[in-house]
Amino acid sequence: MRTTARRAVSALALATAATAVLAACGSSGSSGTDDGKATGSGGGSKTVTLVSHDSFAASKSVLAQFTKETGYTVKVLRGGDAGAAVNQAILTKDHPRGDVFFGVDNTLLSRALDNGLFEPYTAKDLAHVPQDVQLDAGKHRVTPIDSGDVCVNYDRGYFTAHHLAPPQTFADLVKPAYKNLLVTENVSTSSPGLAFLLGSAATYGDGGWQDYWKQLKSNGVEVVDSWEQAYNDRFSGSSAGKQAKGDRPLVVSYASSPPAEVVGVTPEPAQSPVGVATGTCFRQIEFAGLLHGAKNTAGGKALIDFMLSRTFQQDMPLQMYVDPVRDDAVEPPVFVKYGAKVDHPATLSPDTIAAKRDDWVGAWNGIVLK
Amino acid sequence: MSVLRTGHGRGAGTGDRRGVQDGAARAARTRAALVRGALMALPLLFFAAFFGYPVAAIVGRGLHQGGRWQFGRVGDVLGDPAVRHVLWFTCWQAAASTALTLLLALPGAYVLARLDFPGRRLLRAVVTVPFVLPTVVAGSAFLALLGRDGFTDSLLGVRLDTSVWAILIAHVFFNYAVVVRTVGGLWAQLDPAQEEAARMLGAGRLAAWRRVTLPALLPSVAAAALMVFLFTFTSFGVIQILGGPTYSTLEVEIYRQTAEVFDLPTAAVLTLVQFAAVLAILALHGWTVRRRESALRLVDPARTAHRPGGPGERALLGAVLAVVALVVLLPLGVLVARSFDTPNGYGLAFYRALGSTDGGTFSVAPWQTVGNSLRFAAVATVIALVVGGLAAAALVRRSGRLLRGFDALLMLPLGTSAVTIGFGFLIALDKPPLDLRDSWLLVPLAQALVGAPFVVRVMLPVLRAVDDRLREAAAVLGASPWRVWREVDLPMVSRAAAIAAGFAFAVSLGEFGATVFIARPDDPTLPVAVARLLGRAGPMNYGQAMALSTVLMAVCAASLLVLENLRTPSAGEL
Repeated sequence: MRTTARRAVSALALATAATAVLAACGSSGSSGTDDGKATGSGGGSKTVTLVSHDSFAASKSVLAQFTKETGYTVKVLRGGDAGAAVNQAILTKDHPRGDVFFGVDNTLLSRALDNGLFEPYTAKDLAHVPQDVQLDAGKHRVTPIDSGDVCVNYDRGYFTAHHLAPPQTFADLVKPAYKNLLVTENVSTSSPGLAFLLGSAATYGDGGWQDYWKQLKSNGVEVVDSWEQAYNDRFSGSSAGKQAKGDRPLVVSYASSPPAEVVGVTPEPAQSPVGVATGTCFRQIEFAGLLHGAKNTAGGKALIDFMLSRTFQQDMPLQMYVDPVRDDAVEPPVFVKYGAKVDHPATLSPDTIAAKRDDWVGAWNGIVLK
Repeated sequence: MSVLRTGHGRGAGTGDRRGVQDGAARAARTRAALVRGALMALPLLFFAAFFGYPVAAIVGRGLHQGGRWQFGRVGDVLGDPAVRHVLWFTCWQAAASTALTLLLALPGAYVLARLDFPGRRLLRAVVTVPFVLPTVVAGSAFLALLGRDGFTDSLLGVRLDTSVWAILIAHVFFNYAVVVRTVGGLWAQLDPAQEEAARMLGAGRLAAWRRVTLPALLPSVAAAALMVFLFTFTSFGVIQILGGPTYSTLEVEIYRQTAEVFDLPTAAVLTLVQFAAVLAILALHGWTVRRRESALRLVDPARTAHRPGGPGERALLGAVLAVVALVVLLPLGVLVARSFDTPNGYGLAFYRALGSTDGGTFSVAPWQTVGNSLRFAAVATVIALVVGGLAAAALVRRSGRLLRGFDALLMLPLGTSAVTIGFGFLIALDKPPLDLRDSWLLVPLAQALVGAPFVVRVMLPVLRAVDDRLREAAAVLGASPWRVWREVDLPMVSRAAAIAAGFAFAVSLGEFGATVFIARPDDPTLPVAVARLLGRAGPMNYGQAMALSTVLMAVCAASLLVLENLRTPSAGEL
């Protein structure tokens, strides 16, 4: 018994020691950022902290370029989806976790502004940004960084095989020819799902969209909880959906999904397997803002300027599958070749969205899910 | 029928020693109470700081709005029939999932604990793999198996996706290991001689099992049932993917109200409702188990295992293997197959892509998340073992309501919404002395909150089975409490500790809910990385998500095998 106990103790000791080593690696691994934070309280910090959602991405080389130009290193904190990230920022507004917040879109903008999340700052290259995306042009509390369109995507192969013209507009989707073909997302749990509802409301008006959705429902629209499930499991046009035997050739996704489907595919196909119904789009615009109470305001301003620079703007499309807002940014060839051109997306003012959203979501639940 | 020695419930066994030893016994009891208090101090502190305080902060923020308390909201929310419907569905699906899991996994627990067959250790590790898989990934595999043209459709012509059955089967998939490991851990150490003795005394095989083995196992079955219930009670991804928008649990609603709608008062009320339901379940569990735990004769697991003999045991082995193949291996196989199914035919393209930073999802290559995950999980396991181990040691003797309350407190994190904990951390741990918002420790701390209850539940039935008279004998012979623990308890529980460590490790490796809200610079864990990849369109992203999930499975299985072998071969023998 004695030896057993001793062996057990030594095994435990070994495990503890191993973990302590691992733990030490862990702390040394992040010591760089800790150093940054330590100097961060001073004001002359060389680290600027960007708070964002899980979809934020930028090339290493582009962030290195920023450091080269300004001397600041970017630390990125990502927590949850866009909604969760904005809510977290509001909850911590008296004691913000960083200097700049990126990722509040037009559907959440009023919530962020009403809660006093941001300090005004007029970015350097704002002249290069079209007026129609500058939704806070009067006060400049937020700066537009990218835009993206939520649109119905179609499975090109399905419509060719069935000798059917793919739908192009909201009105097309309720036609009998497209019965039982569309899958969309729950508006309460998915941001493209909400954007699609907002698009229909912008098209048919406050009093008209309910009727439209009743028709969609009787035309067999399927609703799932997340974009991942709609696009990767239910949609027949995506490569993941093909593996998962998805049987819906129409899905609510993004205008940037077609180029995403050909990245990494060799040889390069003539067309993306996915097409975009350009008359069903709702435009989402994402903003960045200088957080109220930021420790490194100078660094934060420099970062916002950088996010509007051509370097960053031209890096975004393949990193986050969004469009640059800068008028002179050149899109990567894969976007030019396979992307869809959306000329007249539906839009709604952030104030309208803020005022109506809860009522609309409630009414939508009653019509579609009950 | 008293093959089993009588229990050591309150007061039992003190009568015969009354008299000369009375004073000494009282002194020993006082000392035991002090030791218990000391043992409880650290776990109490841990739960107060990293669970009670953050959760109170976020619930308080929700209920205290505009300068006053909004208790009126409680009535509003509870009066909503939709909320009552969600509460009802949450409870019954958890109860049904628990029952189904027990039904399918208890035979598995026996086979993996008692029967000796090639590949047993590997199989025990493999059934635990689902435990660490992100629900999104596993849910997708179930959709493929249960949906159109899936396994059940092509074989039986039945589509089970978006039915409750899909949810229940997926819950069995995730929780099979909970029963196999918790119950099997004790079953392997039960002395078969006791059941044999009962049979020799004339009891039939079934009667002997029912009256000897079953009562001995009951505490660990109850512990496993409790954990499965709590896990399925807070189910999120499975419900969302397999249930569709028409099925919703409290967990989904709390997430929606906190992270999307930003209606914190409603979220706070729902969190309190969740607490109430969990406390009710804990009370039920306590009532079931109380006084049924008894000292057992524990022996070396190697001695209890035998080759399957007779057609009955061979049939049982076959049935268990079939269930494991259908419910566990088949879904895992779907995911592994997808990780090799590239747009240009079967190959390793997705795995190669894991090594590059070009994907844009991270500033580090996806495979580096393996290191992050292992590191966080190792630290979380140590925290969970220390906190859970001390708590279990303090809880060995059940005396008084206070201790039962402490036991319940330890289980609460399992039944608490991940978004509540994640957001709570964010607003509570932001000022000295607990300014941890930027610390890497936050991730393992959140993971240990879920791991520690497992440690307690796995170790407690075994610790309580240790005959108290052994401890008393050692104490009478002059051993210090530490020495008693080291010489008596430790050898017996080292197997349970290894199982508990495996659990805590797997839980930490797979923890996603709270981790995703704890934003850390550039060190995402494996499950978070998988979620990020899945959130992007395109074959390369989806394929990498599948490849990374396969890596996660392999890492989990390998870690568990290593942990099992770390165990001293003859531990538990006395």
